[in-house]
Amino acid sequence: MSTFILLTVTGLGLGAMYFLIASGLSLIYGLMGVLNFAHGAFLTVGAYVTWWTGTHVGGGPGIKLLVGALAGLAVGAILAALVELVLIRPLYQRHIEQVLVTVGLALALGALVEAIWGFDARPFPVPAWLVDTTTIFGARIPNDRFLEIGVALAVLLALTAFLRYTRYGLIIRAGVENRAMVTALGIDVRKAFTLVFALGGTAAALAGVLSGVYFGAVDPGRGTSLLIFAFIVVVIGGFGSIGGTAIAAVIVGLIQQYANYYASSGLGDLAVVLLLALVLLARPGGLAPKVAH
Amino acid sequence: MALIEVRDLNVHLGESHVLQGVSFEVPEGGVTALLGRNGVGKTTTLRALMGLVPRRGTVTLAGADLTREPTHMIVRRGVGYVPEDRDVFAGLTVDENLRLAERNGSPRYELVYELFPELKTRGGQRAGTLSGGQQQMVGIARALLNENSVLLVDEPTKGLAPLLVTEVAAALERAAELSTVLLVEQNLAVVARVAQQVVVLDGGRVVHAGGAKELLGDPERVRALLGVHGGQVRSDR
Repeated sequence: MSTFILLTVTGLGLGAMYFLIASGLSLIYGLMGVLNFAHGAFLTVGAYVTWWTGTHVGGGPGIKLLVGALAGLAVGAILAALVELVLIRPLYQRHIEQVLVTVGLALALGALVEAIWGFDARPFPVPAWLVDTTTIFGARIPNDRFLEIGVALAVLLALTAFLRYTRYGLIIRAGVENRAMVTALGIDVRKAFTLVFALGGTAAALAGVLSGVYFGAVDPGRGTSLLIFAFIVVVIGGFGSIGGTAIAAVIVGLIQQYANYYASSGLGDLAVVLLLALVLLARPGGLAPKVAH
Repeated sequence: MALIEVRDLNVHLGESHVLQGVSFEVPEGGVTALLGRNGVGKTTTLRALMGLVPRRGTVTLAGADLTREPTHMIVRRGVGYVPEDRDVFAGLTVDENLRLAERNGSPRYELVYELFPELKTRGGQRAGTLSGGQQQMVGIARALLNENSVLLVDEPTKGLAPLLVTEVAAALERAAELSTVLLVEQNLAVVARVAQQVVVLDGGRVVHAGGAKELLGDPERVRALLGVHGGQVRSDR
């Protein structure tokens, strides 16, 4: 029982990170039709900026993590907004070129991070209370799992409230359904594009911070490895759906953990791919297709 | 004086040269109907005026060139658009569909609810669950919510029950009291009721322009230009 609880909470923690990356990807594709392969690079840059800032401020690990995370999120948001303004906007509706640009940007940013900070993993500033464990029904669960789940829940609630109660949220929800009709109502949808990119970059950078806490270190390949599962989550959840993305992230995180432990180590990834195939066969549009909510 | 002037409008969609030098004028006030057989380019003409498809040629509104304006700027100049097939946002409620269309601080909800009282009672309902007629009301209401000098309305009665056709025609008449209307419509009874001018397209070109009564009162010309059989067209009241 204790093992099952540990696996479940760990799977939810992993799912929380997938959700943070996938929510931005999902909204960006749903609204703009852009498959952003550079999204993982936002995560990597956010994580590295957090680590680098943490090493340059005084105080304990908690302060370092907090200040570093704020810097990481800010850089993630600005980088994503600049990418949209400078690289994506001129290629509006030229999907092949957009894919090529985002793939190229992902490679370039990865190489830049390696050139500046090297290939080796860097230890992340993690406060001791996050490394400690809390015992629940005999399962000793690392506290960072609760942080990851809590942050993802807060982001889910904030995003849902933003989409439901703000004018920009309304524009994004409508734009996911029919972008041309939004412009035909006199709305400059390009501002929403930049905003969605910035939001996605912030969430990805946040995932970078949490992945640093989860793994205790940051390395140049982190964004790429998590991005693959984030894409799977987006496809299963349905492009443009925040709710669908959250559900899919939880399912993928849990299945990975259960399959790795109960079947065989390494089978978790295969189980996720099988799930993807099943969903595509049964519901090609994903669990909640093409509606931002 | 013409409110809208269209000169040598050309649109290519893929390999197809859909509009081949379309030129016409829409006088200020009343309803001008854009008529023609299926596939002659009526909807494409409206989409080209809205900047929703790549086009060549010149479009002016009260002398201002719209040709290089993006769609949202054309709308902000006072052009409302009711697209074919409604294009309501299915996942949004009726209220949200209307709120999204607000462009200034004084949206005309009183007018909208006077014309379509049903929309007030169904404000919280998702637009995707409305009937076709109710969705059309949302589409027209979005365009009427703001003060526009021109409304471009694309087949508003398509697929509607006769009673709803009458209701939509009444809404068009009211809209024409407030704005100039350029209407694409297949139902000639509705055209006879609301339109004063007609422009007929065929093969991507304008083949006739003139008074609505003159054309619709001449069955031979209607048959020749529109391929519609039958006697004199009576207005649908």
